[in-house]
Amino acid sequence: MTHAPISRRALLAGATGALGAHALRVTKLAQDPTKVPGSAVTPLGERSPFERPRRIPLGNGQGISYTPLQDCCGIVTPADLHFERHHAGVPAIDPQRYKLLIHGMVERPTVFDLEALKRFPSVSRLCFLECSGNGAAGYGRSRPDLSPQLVDGLTSTSEWTGVPLATLFREVGVKPGATWFLAEGQDAAVMARSIPVEQARDDGLIAYGQNGEALRPEQGYPARLLLPGWEGNANVKWIRRIELADRPFMTREETSKYTDPLPDGTARQFSFVMDAKSIITFPAYPVTLGDRGWWQITGIAWSGRGRITRVEVSSDAGRHWAPADLQQPVLPKCHTRFRYMWNWDGGDTTILSRAVDETGYVQPPVEQLRQARGLGTTYHFNHIRPWRVRRDGTVVFGLES
Amino acid sequence: MLGTMLLLGGCGSHDRPQVGAAAPVTFGFGRPATADEIAVWDLDVRPDGAGLPPGRGTASQGSAVYGRKCAACHGATGIEGPFDRLVGREPRQGFPFGRLPRLVKTIGNYWPYATTLYDYVNRAMPLNAPGSLKPDEVYGLVAFLLWRNDIIASSAEMNPQTLPRVVMPAHDRFVPDNRRGGPEIR
Ligand code: HEC
Repeated sequence: MTHAPISRRALLAGATGALGAHALRVTKLAQDPTKVPGSAVTPLGERSPFERPRRIPLGNGQGISYTPLQDCCGIVTPADLHFERHHAGVPAIDPQRYKLLIHGMVERPTVFDLEALKRFPSVSRLCFLECSGNGAAGYGRSRPDLSPQLVDGLTSTSEWTGVPLATLFREVGVKPGATWFLAEGQDAAVMARSIPVEQARDDGLIAYGQNGEALRPEQGYPARLLLPGWEGNANVKWIRRIELADRPFMTREETSKYTDPLPDGTARQFSFVMDAKSIITFPAYPVTLGDRGWWQITGIAWSGRGRITRVEVSSDAGRHWAPADLQQPVLPKCHTRFRYMWNWDGGDTTILSRAVDETGYVQPPVEQLRQARGLGTTYHFNHIRPWRVRRDGTVVFGLES
Repeated sequence: MLGTMLLLGGCGSHDRPQVGAAAPVTFGFGRPATADEIAVWDLDVRPDGAGLPPGRGTASQGSAVYGRKCAACHGATGIEGPFDRLVGREPRQGFPFGRLPRLVKTIGNYWPYATTLYDYVNRAMPLNAPGSLKPDEVYGLVAFLLWRNDIIASSAEMNPQTLPRVVMPAHDRFVPDNRRGGPEIR
């Protein structure tokens, strides 16, 4: 995936465009809300006119759209702010006509409609979903005026509901030699990826629910593959077909794209798991700290290999590190909120966070990742994200190239 | 009551739906897929050639289709864009993509399998009319792009027998993921 360069306009929209448009509505507000009856009940809620979180879309049908991480609290991403990445736009699919075909190395090639999928015993779980190109803006070329949204906004967390792949595999009778399957979408790219059966059987889902309602079209309505902890592209949206086989299919998205060339002259293939990372979402560009004193540093940490066990924060450019509080719940393969109370002395400094997961993996500094992967790599950017806090209280992204 | 519950799925370490002991291993939901409906959707083409439909095409046939249906987005010779560059063998030596961020990956210097080209063009291109190409057109386009990338001769015909035998320059470059978690950064 080649990310379009970030335009000045997109940056401005992200930083300041949110305010202004609703100012008129605000002036209609009562001076004292206790002296006027409030508005009536409604069939569909809306955000307060004071809250205008927005994704930042770049490109068109092959585009990406970033979650405003700095506007989110806790760990769940509202469904209308979930990041987007498509290869040929968002298809419109009639749920009445939806079909999932499972065939290939199975005893009983079967077609499931949505109703059939929903009759199976279901599970719900919270987990993150992240584009494998997330973080690119901070790896090679970089710039100070990047917000958390533009650095890492291609990750989101939802509560997903669906039927375990293990259940469906049992239903169709997957044959013993079947080690891979092709997952194929019903979009105009007929996007397809090969997935190893064993891992998918462990915790993969065909998901039809997102945060308590049906999936959003941008997230695969009416049903998608969900592989907790694995790069977003493998979580095929609008899934229409699963074909079991004894080897991978070698589609374009697992050869030309979503592979990782390495400095030793090879390219890593089927690099599904998203390694541990974290980002401070406050304070971060474009906020300005009003004065010295106590501030809550907060952010999110996540790992595709399991639970986050520790997040450490440094407020002196990495010389000292101290453990941050992990806010409950701390779930495997899920955004985890961290907090750290910081007494800013008013001086220039750099603040950093680093995540550790249950395998003992420690989020590396950018130099270490560049050493292992080279500057030419285009996915899996999980290096430490620094923020420079300047004497005047302004905060800028701290990886300058 | 808990004692009579059966944990489905066995080996997983996380939440699984629990089903009463009387629940069967399979439920009989869904309906058998017919051979016809499988055939309509079964698009994929694999490295061993499985899935390739009957048909044939040469570079000169593909060149004409390319000019009409592809050049506007990929450039007259596959290099100019505005979208993905399809032609290029540089660098002829080595595979320095990890070190050199400016190197453009193309069919000629990066794709490990020729069959992927059939699979992808057939499923996703042209971007403005995906799924509209006939097998002979796809074989011709594949022959044209492989010839432009210096991989096959201009006269070579691509068909279900010849295409899987084309060896791509980057074929041996791909390695499995060796990241395993733990302290090592790979
Ligand atoms: C309207 C513009 C457009 C037209 C017409 C078009 N393409 Fe594309 N093509 C694209 C875009 C955009 C991409 C990248 C899609 C993506 O990354 O998901 C692409 C990607 C490709 C790729 C993959 C490149 C790579 O290195 O991964 C191939 C091969 C390709 N096109 C072949 C063709 C052929 C053959 C035709 C003519 C039949 C064609 N395209 C017509 C826009 C177009």
